[in-house]
Amino acid sequence: MKHLLSINDLSKIEAVSILDTAQEMARVSDGPMKKLPTLRGRTIVNLFAEDSTRTRISFEAAAKRLSADVINFSAKGSSISKGESLKDTAQTLQAMGADAVIIRHSASGAAQRLADSQWMSGAVINAGDGTHEHPSQALLDAFTIRKHLSKGASDLAGLRIAIVGDVLHSRVARSNVLLLAKLGAQVILVAPPTLLPVGVESWPCSISYDLDSVIEGVDAVMMLRIQLERMNELFFPSAREYSRYFGLNSDRIRALKPDAIVMHPGPMNRGLEITADAADGARSVIVEQVANGVSIRMAVLYLLLAGNQEIGATL
Amino acid sequence: MSLVLPAPDISRALTRISHEILEKNSGSSTITLLGIPTRGAHLAKRIAEIISKIEAVPVQVGTLDITLHRDDLRLRPPRALMPTTIPSLGVEDRNVILVDDVLFSGRTIRAALDALGEIGRPKTVQLAILVDRGHRELPIRADYVGKNIPTSITQSVTVHLTELDSVDEVLIEGNPE
Repeated sequence: MKHLLSINDLSKIEAVSILDTAQEMARVSDGPMKKLPTLRGRTIVNLFAEDSTRTRISFEAAAKRLSADVINFSAKGSSISKGESLKDTAQTLQAMGADAVIIRHSASGAAQRLADSQWMSGAVINAGDGTHEHPSQALLDAFTIRKHLSKGASDLAGLRIAIVGDVLHSRVARSNVLLLAKLGAQVILVAPPTLLPVGVESWPCSISYDLDSVIEGVDAVMMLRIQLERMNELFFPSAREYSRYFGLNSDRIRALKPDAIVMHPGPMNRGLEITADAADGARSVIVEQVANGVSIRMAVLYLLLAGNQEIGATL
Repeated sequence: MSLVLPAPDISRALTRISHEILEKNSGSSTITLLGIPTRGAHLAKRIAEIISKIEAVPVQVGTLDITLHRDDLRLRPPRALMPTTIPSLGVEDRNVILVDDVLFSGRTIRAALDALGEIGRPKTVQLAILVDRGHRELPIRADYVGKNIPTSITQSVTVHLTELDSVDEVLIEGNPE
């Protein structure tokens, strides 16, 4: 494993190994000394050509806990806003000796392009590319689900997970469907037909248009953000109608199984896809997802950067 | 390949080490055994069992993974992490005894000291080892040694334990030069 671009590149064994590594990293984060010397002297660049709070600071915290040097680079306030191409940016980073680039970009495939090109030699980590994938988010979601629901198993076999909302624009949904299915879970996408992408029938999941019929049988329900910034046409008649049919409210929380959990990748539109009492209730693991994100990203950085990839991976 | 330590000798060595640990620390109340995965962890568990039989009280025992503190990470392919479990009383102000199977360059133990420092500040740190094969690269020595086995640098020492390998034995491979 040299890059982390797509869940498709991971085998089940590799995915489980990332989750296991993250579990050990979580122990470090819980301890009194939150710093390890493991990546001392490595330089990691956060190249964020699109806005982000959680993912960027999560990667930054992960890199710093492993003692790597972090350079933050965002579109605003850099030459990207002057129209510099990805190639020129990458070559600049290469010249500065970046060992890894964490890239978020509005164009699907930007991370793949960076990894396949000869522009730079370091590892590339996809932190969200357009509406394509967001693999580290899926890994942290799988980690959170495994921690709460797998009862000691290393995978997610037998669990039913609903992913609800704006699947069309969601790279989180795509990565999660691929990963959760790979780990043995049964995934159900719940959305209005207008918010499902073309070709969704070929994904390893089932599809429903009725949240109420699905919610009683699932172990975890993952709400997706309605991505208002990507919505330039009308996908549903009104926000109120969407909330009524596809929002998570306290009535639907009551319909859940007793040990089921509520997830959201953030940022939330409170009152639209999820009500405040659902988001802050006892079932919600939304804040914990953020903490787990740091552990997962430490694991990914460790596995990509600590060893010598040329010798061959044991992973 | 030659057998240098058969099963009965391993068991006698562990029993002797257990007695030496008790003698040096005046009993088991202040000690915490931490085994270095994978085989050191099993040896620590065995020593803890022997000690708890002698003293008739349970012994604090856990595991300490040192992978993240190794100085040779960049020279090898990525390694999987092993679990670290610190027993209930922690390491603060305890007499911590690190347990490993083979003492060679001393680099594993250096990493273990760093890993331990991140968890707390023990009163003392001692080292118990099943086989000391020499060729130290750092100023580190063991307090309790199962057997000193002089080796040539080109030879390799393999420890098998029943928990993982279905047999207890220590083997040496290669020719002494």
